[in-house]
Amino acid sequence: MPHAKVVLDGDAMRRSLVRIAHEIVEKTPDPELLALVGIHRRGAPLAARLKSLLDELLGLEVPLGDLDIAFYRDDLRNRSDAPVVHASHIDFEIDGRTVVIVDDVLYTGRTVRAAIEALSDYGRPGRIQLAVLADRGHRELPIRPDFVGKNLPTSRHERVNVRVEELDGVDQVAIAELEGITA
Amino acid sequence: MRHLLSIADLEREDIERILDRAAAFEQIADREVKKVPALRGRTVLNLFYEASTRTRSSFELAAKRLSADVVNFAASGSSVEKGESLKDTVLTLGAHSPDAIVIRSPHAGAAALVAGWTSASVINAGDGKHEHPTQALLDVHTLRSKLGALDGRSIWIVGDIAHSRVARSNILAFREMGAHVTLVGPPTLMPRDIEALGCAVRYDLDDLREADVVYALRVQRERMDGKELPSLREYAARYQINGRRLHPRQVLMHPGPVNRGVELSGEVVDSPQAVITMQVRAGVVVRMAVLFELLAGTRTDSPARLREPQPA
Repeated sequence: MPHAKVVLDGDAMRRSLVRIAHEIVEKTPDPELLALVGIHRRGAPLAARLKSLLDELLGLEVPLGDLDIAFYRDDLRNRSDAPVVHASHIDFEIDGRTVVIVDDVLYTGRTVRAAIEALSDYGRPGRIQLAVLADRGHRELPIRPDFVGKNLPTSRHERVNVRVEELDGVDQVAIAELEGITA
Repeated sequence: MRHLLSIADLEREDIERILDRAAAFEQIADREVKKVPALRGRTVLNLFYEASTRTRSSFELAAKRLSADVVNFAASGSSVEKGESLKDTVLTLGAHSPDAIVIRSPHAGAAALVAGWTSASVINAGDGKHEHPTQALLDVHTLRSKLGALDGRSIWIVGDIAHSRVARSNILAFREMGAHVTLVGPPTLMPRDIEALGCAVRYDLDDLREADVVYALRVQRERMDGKELPSLREYAARYQINGRRLHPRQVLMHPGPVNRGVELSGEVVDSPQAVITMQVRAGVVVRMAVLFELLAGTRTDSPARLREPQPA
């Protein structure tokens, strides 16, 4: 991939997740009500990693789920094709819980809006919070993250590529020029 | 994909894509809110010219679980009884700008005709003796959940092949997914040259043990003129799937509604080999996946509008 600039390597990513885990512990008064839900695709493995960090810090099993928000997108009508859909798995009661939504990159906020709507169809969480590995700005909705790995000032002509070991074989966050990845 | 008129229009990868999506819809039924907003604001028109309980209700439920609006139109009690033609009915109802028309008709080719008269997506929910593609998709879905891949599996379709649109669609779908298909039934109910679809033909159940899956068809007395079968008793004696003929490792399917004591004995309907209720349940998620495939993301322009009338 030409013009790609690595902004977080594997070590930095690990440190960010550890810091997010600690912040979640600090800001969660009732750890037994905590739950994590990762957004497909790259939010899901990040949520799984946060879960093991939190399990250790809290000494309990934090419920973990994953969510595909394809059916909740507000741009379904504008796409040329029906999107690929993964099954969602939320096998615990979310009523009254503090549910932390986990995603890789926060951009316009539209994915998070869809995730909040999807979550409410599973029940009524006590509170919903948002953890992201990278916040690149350019919000189009009034949404703000509670936990951020790294703030990445970017232009709209750039693309933030998050790669995770579980899906891509390597942990890395890179910024690329959109022109450079038209192929 | 714009219409679903025949399984013949689908490649294996299309079937797999639709069924993978159906699997993603399965968990929605377990949630507190059993619907998603994917097709909010879209209109689905159910146009049924033939009696149907499960197909129609499952299309209706599928559309509603995707947040689409549904208009049900049954031929009885409508202007059809006053002599309105199919074309006029479609043009009239087209004024409501449906995004999809689901049609069941006693006439082969009806769905394809409708597709030429409307800009909506058309789904064939059974046209005469021709095809019933969503039934075939839900049957493949059921088998995939039960057995995994269909490659190399032996599927026997037993009964009234001649009058069965389910048989026709299922032969195509099972073959496309890599299964070996054998048809069994009395010679009077076996269409000529059906082997051309790539399946074997037999007239008795002597080697039924070879089958991994036994798919029994309903004896459709309402479509027969009385000459095909000497009696239901005789049919049952030769072709009924019963506890004596069905092996415990075999999977038993039936499109419903079952004539107990005719094509299936009561004991096998209630046996663990029977997946008939799984098939019904698969109906909703598979039809959700079909509606989603046809309606999500296909149109960037205004909602469906009628084509300009063509000079006759």
